[in-house]
Amino acid sequence: MSGDVSTHAGTTASTTSAGTLASPSGTRTTGASRAKGRQGVAPGYEHLRPDRHIHRSVALTVVMIFFAIYCLLPLYWLVVNSTKDYGSLLSSSGLWFGDSFQLFANIGEVLTRKDGIFVRWFLNTIIYVVVGAGGATLLATLGGYGMAKFSFPGKKSVFAVILGAIAIPGTALAVPTFLMFSSLGLTNTMLSVIIPALVSPFGFYLMWIFAQESVPTEVLEAARVDGSSEIRTFATISVRMMAPGIVTVLLFAVVATWNNYFLPLIMLRSESLYPLPLGLQAWNLEATGVQASPIYHLVITASLLTIIPIVVAFLSLQRFWQNGLSAGSVKA
Amino acid sequence: MSSVVAERPGQVRKVRRRLTGLWFTVPFLLVFVFVFIAPLAYTIWLSLFQTKLIGGTSFVGADNFVAVFQDPKFWEGLGRVSLFLLVQVPVMLAMALVAALVIDSARLHGIRFFRIAMFLPYAVPSVAAVLMWGFMYGERFGLVGNLNGWLGTDFSVLSQQWLLVGIGNIVTWSFMGYNMLILYSSLKAISPELYEAAALDGAGQLRIVRNIKLPAVQGSIVVAVIFSIIGSFQLFNEPNIMQKLVPNLISTYYTPNMYAYNLSFTGQQVNYAAALAIIMGVVTAVIAYVVQLRGNREALK
Repeated sequence: MSGDVSTHAGTTASTTSAGTLASPSGTRTTGASRAKGRQGVAPGYEHLRPDRHIHRSVALTVVMIFFAIYCLLPLYWLVVNSTKDYGSLLSSSGLWFGDSFQLFANIGEVLTRKDGIFVRWFLNTIIYVVVGAGGATLLATLGGYGMAKFSFPGKKSVFAVILGAIAIPGTALAVPTFLMFSSLGLTNTMLSVIIPALVSPFGFYLMWIFAQESVPTEVLEAARVDGSSEIRTFATISVRMMAPGIVTVLLFAVVATWNNYFLPLIMLRSESLYPLPLGLQAWNLEATGVQASPIYHLVITASLLTIIPIVVAFLSLQRFWQNGLSAGSVKA
Repeated sequence: MSSVVAERPGQVRKVRRRLTGLWFTVPFLLVFVFVFIAPLAYTIWLSLFQTKLIGGTSFVGADNFVAVFQDPKFWEGLGRVSLFLLVQVPVMLAMALVAALVIDSARLHGIRFFRIAMFLPYAVPSVAAVLMWGFMYGERFGLVGNLNGWLGTDFSVLSQQWLLVGIGNIVTWSFMGYNMLILYSSLKAISPELYEAAALDGAGQLRIVRNIKLPAVQGSIVVAVIFSIIGSFQLFNEPNIMQKLVPNLISTYYTPNMYAYNLSFTGQQVNYAAALAIIMGVVTAVIAYVVQLRGNREALK
């Protein structure tokens, strides 16, 4: 499959003329005109092309358009169908809007249904995310920094254990964690969702790499000579240097907590403690089965409302996570 | 005499500094022990016992493990996730690799748009993803229904033979962009000097991909494969949510993880579920380890 496309890269890249919006017919230009096209740029116009060597390709753009359609289609479907009431959901095509625009009516219904339980779920999720993901990031940052910048007895075994933990399926531990928490009286409390969310071995590992790469040991030495305490050096100097890494780890912890389904499913019994995904599933169950209520349109609108905050967070912070991920993956 | 006195404060500071690193790491380690090590130890402990209605709890050694290995439901689930792993993971990673190579070639418009569009599904909660795709798979008001209307067919994803493909599609949709981004980052890390050297040698795009880009992403691919193996063996959310849509197509032991969950929460067979969880953990770890060894050996060649 990859060979296929790279062949395209080889042929189309050389046949389309540089930097221009090549039309499909443009890919059939002859070798002569191609050579002419390449040399034919007057010296004064070279600044119009940011990079002379890049030849934009129609074929590759088409490949990516297919990928983009695949990735965005379900989201498009969700947006379109959250504007329909129950009746037109069943009667109209899923790919286009119905006769009436019911989005705001649907949102109103979602927010007020059953005394506003959705709002409750939303606030619960915020609590889980702020305390769980925030705490996970704090612990990972402190720990990763300690591992990267200091040597202490037992450091090697910590390394081995954490790396091993990354490979352990989290769900394999879920049932025993439930039993353990249940004997401690912690199940069906917010803590039962928050405590396990506090530990992210992968986040720990990432922060360790970030700390290693972004905080020069000389800076720490200089701070020590100046008489700064270790914790002050950390809080004032190191944290700032690790900021892009911290945002990356935070963002991934936020996504993991926002989307967490399995753990709350096991731990929580009361609907009033549910996070959004569990609430969505509860409504979905209500909409299916023998005594189904006609609320599919609300499940769809509620799904949209669940996705929006996390998508906005991703879009607005993309500068951070894109750089952050690359730092992590180079090492991995 | 004076030299000894001068030495002591320095040594104290050194010892203290040796412990500072530990202080930074201790908060993480404490919670880690509580939510990782303790449950792990508890699982092993549980798996060695059996609880009977009459006679109570007794130590049975490896009996639970033997029983799991003789359980056709366990093998059915394991077979299903293995099949899933062998098909879904290569398809997803091939797509991710193609997308990463295309974006890295920079030979197209709207790179930023494509990169973010592909990554967006990763942010969608699995419940919402399954609901969306589940609705779209539906024949009544879903996309499949539309397609059948246009083509005059009666194809159904929500049927015995296509359901696993349908689940594979949801997982692929969710994680393709994430893997693409990881592979793309390691392509970005390739030194420009290598490309210059290749250009001097007159290497074509195909050769650059084969001789420079693919070897460069090998390490990242190994990591992505390992995470995907773990994900496949843990398969739970998607089939569990789908089960409510098509209750007669998804059994309580559809995947090993669903089996363990149903055993302990509806079947009250906690000890048996613990043994199952340990076996799955060991299987996952061994396969991940083998992949890593092989991957590294390939990389050394």
